[in-house]
Amino acid sequence: MDQAYEMVIGLEVHVELKTKSKIFCSCPTAFGAEPNTQCCPVCMGMPGTLPVLNGQVVRHAVKAGLATNCGITRYGKQDRKNYFYPDLPKAYQISQYDLPLCKGGYLDIEADEGQKRIGITRIHIEEDAGKLVHREGGGTLIDFNRCGVPLIEIVSEPDIRSAQEARAYLQKLRAILLYIGVSDCKMNEGSFRADVNLSVRKRGDMALGTRTEMKNLNSFQFVVKAIEYEANRQVEEIKAGKEIAQETRRFDQNSGKTLTMRRKENAQDYRYFPDPDLMPITIDDAYLAALESEIPELPDERKRKYMEQYGLKAYDAEQLVTEKEIADYFEAAASCGGDPKILSNLILSEIYRLLPQEKTAVPITPQNLAKLAGLIAEGKINSSVSKKLVSEMWENDRDPEKLVAEQGLEQVSDGGLLRSLARKVIAGDPKSASDYRGGKEKALQSLIGKMMAETKGKGNPVLIRELLLEELK
Amino acid sequence: MDDLTRLSVSELSANLARREFSAAEAAQSYLDKISSSDKALGAYLTVSELKAMEQAREVDEMRLRGEELPSLAGVPAGIKDNICTKGVKTTCASRILGNFIPPYDAHVMECLHRQKVVMLGKLNMDEFAMGSSTENSHYQVTHNPHSPDRVPGGSSGGSAAAVAAGEAAFALGSDTGGSIRQPASFCGVVGVKPTYGAVSRYGLVAFASSLDQIGPLSRTVRDAALVLNAIMGYDRRDSTSVDREYGDLTRRIDQGVRGMRVALPREYFAEGLSEEIRDAVYAAAKAYEKLGAEVTEVSLPTLDSALPAYYVISSAEASSNLARFDGVKYGFCAQKAADIDDLYLATRSEGFGAEVKRRIMLGTYALSSGYYDAYYKKALQVRTLVMRDFERVFQDHDCILSPVAPTTAYKIGEKTTNPLEMYMGDIYTVPVNIAGLPALSMPCGVDSEGLPIGMQLIGRAFGEAELLRAAYAYEQCGALRGPGKEGGGF
Repeated sequence: MDQAYEMVIGLEVHVELKTKSKIFCSCPTAFGAEPNTQCCPVCMGMPGTLPVLNGQVVRHAVKAGLATNCGITRYGKQDRKNYFYPDLPKAYQISQYDLPLCKGGYLDIEADEGQKRIGITRIHIEEDAGKLVHREGGGTLIDFNRCGVPLIEIVSEPDIRSAQEARAYLQKLRAILLYIGVSDCKMNEGSFRADVNLSVRKRGDMALGTRTEMKNLNSFQFVVKAIEYEANRQVEEIKAGKEIAQETRRFDQNSGKTLTMRRKENAQDYRYFPDPDLMPITIDDAYLAALESEIPELPDERKRKYMEQYGLKAYDAEQLVTEKEIADYFEAAASCGGDPKILSNLILSEIYRLLPQEKTAVPITPQNLAKLAGLIAEGKINSSVSKKLVSEMWENDRDPEKLVAEQGLEQVSDGGLLRSLARKVIAGDPKSASDYRGGKEKALQSLIGKMMAETKGKGNPVLIRELLLEELK
Repeated sequence: MDDLTRLSVSELSANLARREFSAAEAAQSYLDKISSSDKALGAYLTVSELKAMEQAREVDEMRLRGEELPSLAGVPAGIKDNICTKGVKTTCASRILGNFIPPYDAHVMECLHRQKVVMLGKLNMDEFAMGSSTENSHYQVTHNPHSPDRVPGGSSGGSAAAVAAGEAAFALGSDTGGSIRQPASFCGVVGVKPTYGAVSRYGLVAFASSLDQIGPLSRTVRDAALVLNAIMGYDRRDSTSVDREYGDLTRRIDQGVRGMRVALPREYFAEGLSEEIRDAVYAAAKAYEKLGAEVTEVSLPTLDSALPAYYVISSAEASSNLARFDGVKYGFCAQKAADIDDLYLATRSEGFGAEVKRRIMLGTYALSSGYYDAYYKKALQVRTLVMRDFERVFQDHDCILSPVAPTTAYKIGEKTTNPLEMYMGDIYTVPVNIAGLPALSMPCGVDSEGLPIGMQLIGRAFGEAELLRAAYAYEQCGALRGPGKEGGGF
């Protein structure tokens, strides 16, 4: 994107809450059931049926608010958002309009220029709609299973300025919700999906440009791609002297482009009004205190702890705390005596390399990982061996000390042996030696590579480099 | 045993208990009466003959086995067609629900089933309960049993007519702005709109959720109390249902009104009220004085603003409540539609009648952005004022006595071309719904043409027992011959 412009982004995130039953009836909420097997007259909006609010939904939403520094309302109500669509059986969605449960929060992210605070405008509860299944060769079927699955919508302030910040915000938000256990946040199952509101403006301008909305992005990757494409598109339009149309766009995964879905001129008037079938939601001090006491240590607290106690860098600490299970794993390994910095490196590089997308279960016990860190700390193995060992242990979780002993993988740090090898390698490759002496730094790498080959990958890289330099003088 | 259709619920119940006749005989008598007279009356949309006989025989078998039976066991009743009945068509007198058979019972139906009430069928009404004459039914006109060329009132016109004509021992109706009380008064029967929250709305097809209540229409005050005993009570499926102790309403029904403070609101007797009705209600007030009550005139100045507020609120809620009838899931579906928007348009254009469309448009307008504050929000503010008005009166009064409607039953077709005039007829009944209070309509005389005149008693929230006690005292005092004894025109 043209650096004379900046993007202004606000995110609306819809999160399916983890409850046994739906928001207004007792149907189960499990994902992936046969179509129309988890619905009843209430969630299908049959005539005469009435909604009854599931108290767990309010508790989860309030917890989400507390964990994102929001103010919690003492008096909330639910409103009807009226529109016709076949996946919406009552022809209105029960949502919250002017009295959301939570307001005015924030969360902190690691941005390019350090820590940045992103405001949260509001969090409200609402019901999900059903799912339309378009059949090949025409015809549309409706699956009402998802109708009435409880959602919270989390609306951010337009504080986000890049695709990376958007990603960091979403990751942080997801981490917090997973920590407090209110949602599975499975993007591939649609239980965590983002709408992006985006406009661009010349850097230094105060006024906001016309924004477009991109709906239902269900992976971090799509969010990043959609933002990058859309911001660029808007800048190019403006530079070409065109006006940005206020509209809803959809991101096409195949082409990586965003396409017009609905123009603002055709925007609906939702005719919000308080749902007369539901009573106001009242929240008192005791209720709040009880929920507050249930909130566990949150990502930011852990991050601070990792930075202060273990001396980790902010970025690394942030990465570790993003997945609660990974952070738990890291702490378990650290408590087995592993050096935190080495553990952090192992997890963020080697373990993350092996972890499948959206999985957090590590098949290596924290004890074994701590032992591996110990071997690295004592200089008994070098980095290429440790990489190889992590892969081996991933397949078959064994004591790394035994693996090192069995396979003779201990690092070669014998100065005498390595010096004689260095002399041999230099003698065997006079060209590289003279190239290096002639000022070609790169030639050294080829000599180091040969030394590593001589030691079957077990040579101490620091020592090898040191001795080669001495011998090349 | 034809005259058994003239018995009150309590008489019927006593006779059944003494085995003077069986529940099957009672049901058969009613079904016979329906088949002989309903063609002319037009009260029933559906007669569930087989189910009725089945339920009646079950009661007889239970009695034969010596099982203890509830007080309404074997009593044949009709149900307004906006109350969901499992397995029995529930149309709301609309084309759009012409083929709708609910797979569930409304809460009140569960209550009646527990009581072993025999359901005769479903009763005609104004489409979706919108109207005051039952002329807005898509299916048929219901006639007033006292004068066949006149309306029975509405929207529970079928319920009132059936009870008055002996086609049901009692009926359930629904009252959003007077839909039980006004037809009760037009047909000369007793009708009660309970306190909002006293009867679960679960399974009542919603017209205006914040105003709708289900209630009984019956021939005597005691009968109304018996039915209310069966249907009032907390139901967790309705969030507006109130969890409290609902006592036996018959227990102190005969304890009189000595010392009761009855209020006569001046505004309810002003211009627009027929003189005959005014005189009849004043006569009732005199009767109360004789019975030892203290009658005083009061002022309820919000009367005039309650009616427009009612039409804004009820239409706004209706526009949203009726949006679900879109042809996608159940009910009528227009056949020729190019796309989904066309399907909605065609289904709703063909499926709804004129009055329903009028209210949907009215309500949609009132909720539209830019108009919300001027209409809906303002109406809610008026609602608060109406409530305060009543609260003030109830600080030193126990009930309010007023007319039910400005006129007695009018001619069929007389007001159909002037909806506004029809709306004006609800002026005395809507404030009660706006305030959520209980109110009762009962006969207090007949006009020069022999048409029933009704009076309205309004009580404190959850003051049904007191209200029924006041009504019972008047019914029994002989100022008027018992309404159950009044013959119908059929």
